[in-house]
Amino acid sequence: MFWHILSQPELWAATLAMATPLALPALGGTFSERSGVTNIAMEGIMLIGAFFGVYFAYLTNNAWLGLVGALVAGALISLIFAWITVSIGANQVVVGMGINIFAAGLTTFMLNTIFGYGGTPPSIPHLPNLNIPGLSRIPFVGPALGQQNVVVYIMLLLVLAGHYFLFHTNLGLRLRAVGENPQAADTAGLNVWNLRYLGVIIGGILSSLGGVYLSLGLLNSFEPNMSSGRGYIALAAMIFGKWTPLGSLGAALLFGFATALSIYLKGTPHVSTNIVQMLPYALTILALTGLVGRSTMPAADGTPYDPRK
Amino acid sequence: MRTCLEIRNVTKEFPGVLANDHVNLQLRDGEIHAILGENGAGKSTLMKIIYGLYQADSGSVSLYGQEMHFTSPRQAIQAGIGMVHQHFMLIPALTAAENIVLGGEPGKVHYRRKENEEMVRQLSKQYHLEIDPSVKVSDLTVGLQQRVEILKVFYRKAKVLILDEPTALLTPQEVEELIGVMERLRLQGIPIIFISHKLDEVKKVSDRVTVMRAGRTVATVETNQTTPQELANLMVGREVVLQVAKPPQEPGSVVLRVDGLVVVQGHAERVKGVTFEVRRGEIFGLAGIDGNGQFELVEAITGLLPAKSGRIVFKGRDITKTSVHRRTAAGISYIPQDRQADGLILDFQLAENFVLRDFTRPPFAKAGQLQMGAITHHAERLSESFDVRPRRIHSLAGNLSGGNQQKVILAREVSRDPELLIAAQPTRGLDVGAIQFIHDKLLDLRREGKAVLLVSLELEEIMSLSDRIGVIHDGRLMAILPGGHVTREQLGLLMTGVNPEKEG
Ligand SMILES: Nc1ncnc2c1ncn2[C@@H]1O[C@H](COP(=O)(O)OP(=O)(O)OP(=O)(O)O)[C@@H](O)[C@H]1O
Ligand SMILES: [Mg+2]
Repeated sequence: MFWHILSQPELWAATLAMATPLALPALGGTFSERSGVTNIAMEGIMLIGAFFGVYFAYLTNNAWLGLVGALVAGALISLIFAWITVSIGANQVVVGMGINIFAAGLTTFMLNTIFGYGGTPPSIPHLPNLNIPGLSRIPFVGPALGQQNVVVYIMLLLVLAGHYFLFHTNLGLRLRAVGENPQAADTAGLNVWNLRYLGVIIGGILSSLGGVYLSLGLLNSFEPNMSSGRGYIALAAMIFGKWTPLGSLGAALLFGFATALSIYLKGTPHVSTNIVQMLPYALTILALTGLVGRSTMPAADGTPYDPRK
Repeated sequence: MRTCLEIRNVTKEFPGVLANDHVNLQLRDGEIHAILGENGAGKSTLMKIIYGLYQADSGSVSLYGQEMHFTSPRQAIQAGIGMVHQHFMLIPALTAAENIVLGGEPGKVHYRRKENEEMVRQLSKQYHLEIDPSVKVSDLTVGLQQRVEILKVFYRKAKVLILDEPTALLTPQEVEELIGVMERLRLQGIPIIFISHKLDEVKKVSDRVTVMRAGRTVATVETNQTTPQELANLMVGREVVLQVAKPPQEPGSVVLRVDGLVVVQGHAERVKGVTFEVRRGEIFGLAGIDGNGQFELVEAITGLLPAKSGRIVFKGRDITKTSVHRRTAAGISYIPQDRQADGLILDFQLAENFVLRDFTRPPFAKAGQLQMGAITHHAERLSESFDVRPRRIHSLAGNLSGGNQQKVILAREVSRDPELLIAAQPTRGLDVGAIQFIHDKLLDLRREGKAVLLVSLELEEIMSLSDRIGVIHDGRLMAILPGGHVTREQLGLLMTGVNPEKEG
């Protein structure tokens, strides 16, 4: 039976679809933390992205403009996050938590005032699914890879681009430098504050793209708290992936697989649904305890920079 | 000659400390200008002000007649100033090459790993500071890190150089090379500020010397019209004795025995079967070029690194598998070579740093509670008797000058009344007065019948203090010689792996 399930192309298609809203915020968190700013605000920023995506798509009647609006909103909220944590030097975890609570409240409030209690209208345009013939004709993996929402492909490209940026560009080197030892970076002539703003804002944009995928890609509507903890699982994926884009994607795929499997197994009579639904979370804990091994966290992650010390 | 850099009446106050007090200094084009001063005299503070890391409270810094107001190192770098920092500004997780090019990477977008590493390799050849560009800095010994730190400023091709104790960790040969490089730069007209506690280096390379004391510049003299003795007296403000008096003494029973010790770090065998003993009332000096396993040996004895094979016996008990904590409690004290990484917790107060080894035991803790009264009292007593300046036991250890940080560690380790003191580079970066003080303390321990294992890269230090000298090369003890009768040349040969007796 096991092999039978594993050989279902739908399972793998669902894995990729479920991994996307984890991989994007995990990649975002990677950028932020590589620059030295602990970011637990992915959950909240995803909600902002999800809501404003729907809102702007509704206003303009264009899903792509909705996406752009969502990314701008994500950038703005992380600009505020960066200002409080990087410039003022406030505790990053506390502010991140604050953003999460604020975002949940704000999006629910705006949903109710703008769309009323009936929720978002069904007529909202959504981001298209693609059918890439070249890919979908490949046996077995074809169906999983070839017919996905456009954001899934964007995510895959962004992970590759993120890997290239962090580890193969001068700017990426600088970003990592301020996350490791801001004072050394400062004496090398880098602008620690600007680079950290950059890391945080890229992180915010990527997280809000994860949110847009939920609202405009998967569901076509916004619901209160629809990120439902994905921002936190993304945090785990980032750590499990050792603060690297490829690692984050790998971890997100693993969690995505667990989620897909739980959806898939729900229909089968042999397994208890409770256990099945537990899978992604159990995997998260497992990943964070046993499997990660020695942590390779950026050395200055979480510490504001004060040049006088 | 033109004045390149002029510092006028610069004053800088930290809470409770006047680090720079109306400092004046003129750096001429093409001169090597040494700055001497006791630990805490304010040398590094002044350099950090010039480099834009600190801002002066008052006074001015001008470059070629133009007043500068740097608020960040970035501006200083743009103005052509380069600085080697006393406490390295390196990023351990990045490679040597990445550290060196950081902030001035060639090319626009793409980081050119291969080309950069090749370029750094050339650079390191050119300046005779050999490093492997592709190795992570965290995997380098502090001596190699020092080279990376120096290469960083040469890479930037600065027009004015500030070298804050660049030689503290270099081997004598490397110091020679560096002095050669400095002289070449002088010929090109590049002015250099050179800070060092080593009077012979200062004497050899500098054109003029400015002496700082307690935040002030007390004198600027032409180097060839002064003597080391005069400089030392100017620095300290009293007569200094530049020699060690070591009365002869019979050693007692064996305290530490190391037997066929093998230590592996990473994948490499760093200590390859070392055997020796240290006895009561003796100072055993371990001489060797940096990176030959001496510090791994020390870390194995203190328990920081596991022994792969062999035995460590302390006071007759096998401690090869004992925890660091137990070894400490049994009477082993340790002065680590990297005071900032291993010796102190920089974000803790002095008072807390003084009890780092013993805070779980009475009188500093009772029933699991810290006894603040006892801790404070202890700290006051120690900073008094070891002359830690400023005497503010509640300020953070990170705010002390390098030399005073070292005194805190020494005070802590010696005051524990150890049976064995392991001192790795105990006088690194210290002024002549402080070195004398520490040497006296080591000799006191010896007189009290304690055992001292001294590891140092300074031959002078080893030769003047040790009763017996072990020479380590490539993880092996080449020879154990009596302290009184060896020559520098003998040691030098052994350190490079040549054994004259064996090879005839
Ligand atoms: N960031 C800081 N905060 C508070 N006090 C400081 C700070 N930096 C330096 N000081 C104090 O200023 C004084 C001068 O320190 P500085 O580091 O300039 O001395 P130094 O001459 O370089 O000594 P050394 O030879 O030991 O390196 C010291 O008393 C030190 O404790
Ligand atoms: Mg200094």
